[in-house]
Amino acid sequence: MDRLRQIKQFVLGNFLFSEDESALADDTSLVRGGLVDSTGILELIMFLESSLGIKVPPEDMTPDNFDTVLAIDDYVGRRLATA
Amino acid sequence: MSRLHPSVLDIDCAAEAERIAQALRSSVARLLRRRGLVVAISGGIDSSVCAALAVRALGPERVFCLILPERDSDDDSAARANLLAAHLGVRVETVDIAPTLAAIGCYAQRDAAVRSVLPGYDERWRFKLAITGGSQGLVNRFRLIARDPDGGDHECELPLDAYLTIVAATNFKQRIRKTLEYFHADHLNYAVVGTPNRLEYDQGFFVKNGDGSADVKPIAHLYKTQVYAMARHLGLPERICAAVPTTDTYSLEQGQDEFYFALPYRQMDLALWALNHGHPAAELAQALGIDEAHARAVYADIAAKRRATSYLHRPPVLVEPVPEPHGH
Repeated sequence: MDRLRQIKQFVLGNFLFSEDESALADDTSLVRGGLVDSTGILELIMFLESSLGIKVPPEDMTPDNFDTVLAIDDYVGRRLATA
Repeated sequence: MSRLHPSVLDIDCAAEAERIAQALRSSVARLLRRRGLVVAISGGIDSSVCAALAVRALGPERVFCLILPERDSDDDSAARANLLAAHLGVRVETVDIAPTLAAIGCYAQRDAAVRSVLPGYDERWRFKLAITGGSQGLVNRFRLIARDPDGGDHECELPLDAYLTIVAATNFKQRIRKTLEYFHADHLNYAVVGTPNRLEYDQGFFVKNGDGSADVKPIAHLYKTQVYAMARHLGLPERICAAVPTTDTYSLEQGQDEFYFALPYRQMDLALWALNHGHPAAELAQALGIDEAHARAVYADIAAKRRATSYLHRPPVLVEPVPEPHGH
């Protein structure tokens, strides 16, 4: 499974209790849209660290980095590239 | 000069005290149909002002105060609360809730979660939680700050599960207090006063079914600065008017801004007022002497806390509307 799909499935399952990929567009705002709050972002970060092999430093914990599935995938890509 | 100045928070305390007293009299008699008010007093400014307003509304003979200390309460808090009760001339009862909290597992579950990040921790240590991130434009997260029996300081990031467990266990304190408040309200046929100020009410700084539970919240519309002004107007003892706001919940002394709010309360009041009245972040920055990015982060943090805590205000969700059975 590609990385973006893995991230999307986590978001769908953890925050929407769904496996239906049409329920969430890749550019849907999670934070500003009210689906994910700060506790939710910390859950998301735990998932990224345990499943995708990155470490998220505190200074990267901005809402923008985690606001959409696309943004999350882009952020993970950048972290992996600099690791 | 910026239009944003602390004087925007000035109120006519005499008129406001009378308005609140009138609202309390009317709501207790006609809406709640109870014979008096129960107020749990902590020795802090909010509950002290609420108790004084309750007395103004109904007279001291119809106000029953409770002092509910536990293992981590500051002794001076109870001393101030007793001073207030004597000053107001109300009936007061003190119940040490520590044995109840111990029996229900509050301290044991909390301490186990602390030990998961600080293995040497035991009941001789003191600790607190500190919030970090939000006021710098980052996601809020929590740190554990602890002092060992020899005075050594320890600080570490809290993993989410440990943080949630510490908060869940600590919330027993507010919920056990509320259980006692309603015991007295039931047997006296009184209503329960909730004591949040506007900052706490707006930002969700309360425990659902704990201190968030009440029949009436008489100062939820007043900014903290206004509550202090009201305390002085009502002539409360100086030791209460000068009390520094703390959570009085963790064993190491902890300011409310350190635990939850983005700024100290005077600045936070102005920020919330400015956001509520549509002032741009640049104006807030000028008024507080901070840079604009910081002011924008404060606005974003206020909005984030409103979103994150909105469910605390929400009544239970129904699958479909049920016609109001009580005619309101």
